[in-house]
Amino acid sequence: MKTEQQTFKKINATKQMKEIMELHFRELDEAAKTKSKKIAWCTSVGPAELLRAAGFLVFFPENHGAMLGASRMATDLIPVANALGYSPDICSYLTSDIGSYIKGQSPISKAYPGISGPPRPDVLVYNTNQCRDVQDWYNFYAREFNIPCIGIQTHRGVGDVTKAHVDSISAQIKALIPTLEEVSGKKLDYDEFKHVVGLSRQCTDLWKEVLQIASNVPSPLTFFDGAIQMGPAVILRGEQRAVDFYKLLLAELKLRVKDKVAAIDGEQFRIYWEGMPIWGKLRELSTQFAELSACVLASTYCSSWVFTALDPDDPFDSMARAYTELVIVRDENYKERYFEAEIERYKIDGMIFHDAKTCPNNSNNRYGMPERLSKKYNMPMLVINGDLNDLRCYSEEQARTNIEAYIEQLSEKKGR
Amino acid sequence: MNSVFGGVDVGASATKVALIDAGRRIIASDVRRTGVDFEGCAREAMDAALSSCGLSCADVTRIFSTGYGRHNVSFAQATRTEIACHSRAAYHFFPRKITVVDVGGQDNKIIHIALNGRRENFKMNRKCAAGTGAFLEEVAQRMDVPIAQVDALARQASHVVRMGSYCTVFTKTEILAHLRAGEKVPDIVAGLVDSVVKRIIEMDPLSGEIVASGGVVAHIPVLAEMLSRHLGRPVHILPEAQLAGAFGAALLAMETPVPL
Repeated sequence: MKTEQQTFKKINATKQMKEIMELHFRELDEAAKTKSKKIAWCTSVGPAELLRAAGFLVFFPENHGAMLGASRMATDLIPVANALGYSPDICSYLTSDIGSYIKGQSPISKAYPGISGPPRPDVLVYNTNQCRDVQDWYNFYAREFNIPCIGIQTHRGVGDVTKAHVDSISAQIKALIPTLEEVSGKKLDYDEFKHVVGLSRQCTDLWKEVLQIASNVPSPLTFFDGAIQMGPAVILRGEQRAVDFYKLLLAELKLRVKDKVAAIDGEQFRIYWEGMPIWGKLRELSTQFAELSACVLASTYCSSWVFTALDPDDPFDSMARAYTELVIVRDENYKERYFEAEIERYKIDGMIFHDAKTCPNNSNNRYGMPERLSKKYNMPMLVINGDLNDLRCYSEEQARTNIEAYIEQLSEKKGR
Repeated sequence: MNSVFGGVDVGASATKVALIDAGRRIIASDVRRTGVDFEGCAREAMDAALSSCGLSCADVTRIFSTGYGRHNVSFAQATRTEIACHSRAAYHFFPRKITVVDVGGQDNKIIHIALNGRRENFKMNRKCAAGTGAFLEEVAQRMDVPIAQVDALARQASHVVRMGSYCTVFTKTEILAHLRAGEKVPDIVAGLVDSVVKRIIEMDPLSGEIVASGGVVAHIPVLAEMLSRHLGRPVHILPEAQLAGAFGAALLAMETPVPL
């Protein structure tokens, strides 16, 4: 195993990614200040396509949550929400975001000078496919701003996605339209809706190809790269600039494959990350894995914005299907089959489950999954206790020892 | 003399050093409280061990370090995790398929070792220190019981007081209630040790032959006996259980081909 510092491979397209992300935040800020366009806040896998077609600019509080985590502002802001009665056991995106609002401190203002923070919304739109917490999160702001809060109640524990599931979600998406039209003052442009869904589908297909390029040996991409590069797939899907960006990123990664450029020099271990990123520790974790010649190359999390069911010719039903096919809402059997396919696709040596204290829906270790997969593949599994944003729930030294011992074990297994 | 290998285990509570000869026998050792200066403590422990057998650092072929402070031992040539070292030490004494239970100062580890000595899987306790040596240290202090007397007191118990919480802080409060209710100190102390056993049992099914390791069972062997009663089968205590990490590190130092 290496002990020297691994040199990180810079992805050149990151520059373009940062530019379009900044443009997005500046457009939102401008619209909020001038009232030139209405603003909708939307959950990360909410009906963003419908909102864009209805004439809204869309802001994603979960993205803000991730920024609060990555900037490590979250841990100081979460207690502010705790004091208001929002438990430290619920979603730490929610608690850090509400803490951010109360204190008037946002990483957006640090990243983009001149912007004070999230743009004030005109409507709040959720889909509970991520969790029930999102509706409580948005209802906090509905009370603060006295604006409509509407949403979709997902199905959960879904095995096969049936017509009944699709019909029910599709009907709920359609039921959002009157409120959206009332707030925006415009009728929904159905042709624009189809166009946006088409762009979203293009974005998703490219993003999927970006992620699956990690199946190459050595992998040209890490999970940690993916957690950064996924920004446009989340907040700019349905826009041409997201499509253009992923074409650029994909071309760069294809060149890496052609030239056999590994994301991690001397890749010896191929690791799957299951669960949320620990946003405030991405740098430390990526460095540790690199030093151990381990490439964490795939994750369920980054694949959560792959919506291959989207069909511009059938926008309502295809959105309903796409947003119900997500791993997060599926039953345990489906998830197990999904992980099996991923282990095989990416030629995985080991799998790390992040048990996120405040995110049970994204912690898939809690019902015996690691044990079942370990038995099936004769592959050791590792569970790390932590959290997406609340670093009070994370013991760094213990996690580091766990990871080091896990790679030692994989090394023994490979006879190294 | 050039066939001496060393292991340094800088643990959360204690720092341990083991020096072994070519026959894999411990020829010198040292145990002392880690304190706050990991490097200084490791050096003092190594110097003491060397001095006790009339050697100097130059006489030691290779030294590996382990434990939480393993990266602070500048005189070690390489590091290995505690999991690797306890596994190696346990397999040295029990060269067969075993399950190692290491109860440490700050964390517990359960390691499944295959017939050929390879680690099959391991688990560490969740980040909370409930069920570890730190728990016993904290609650024993609350009862004014020196940690050295915990084993003897637990053996005097007429029955085991059941502890309801796994939280160290809540347990301290619970002890007050038990004292008020007239429970005897030995019975409460036995309950505290039993609480640690329960935390271990809920980590893993603990299949096969069990070998207990680490400083806690070295000083409180009744813990292994209570674990044995829960499991309904014997639990071995590793010889020199507190030195297991350091001994394993020394064995790995001996067996690792050079260059590193």
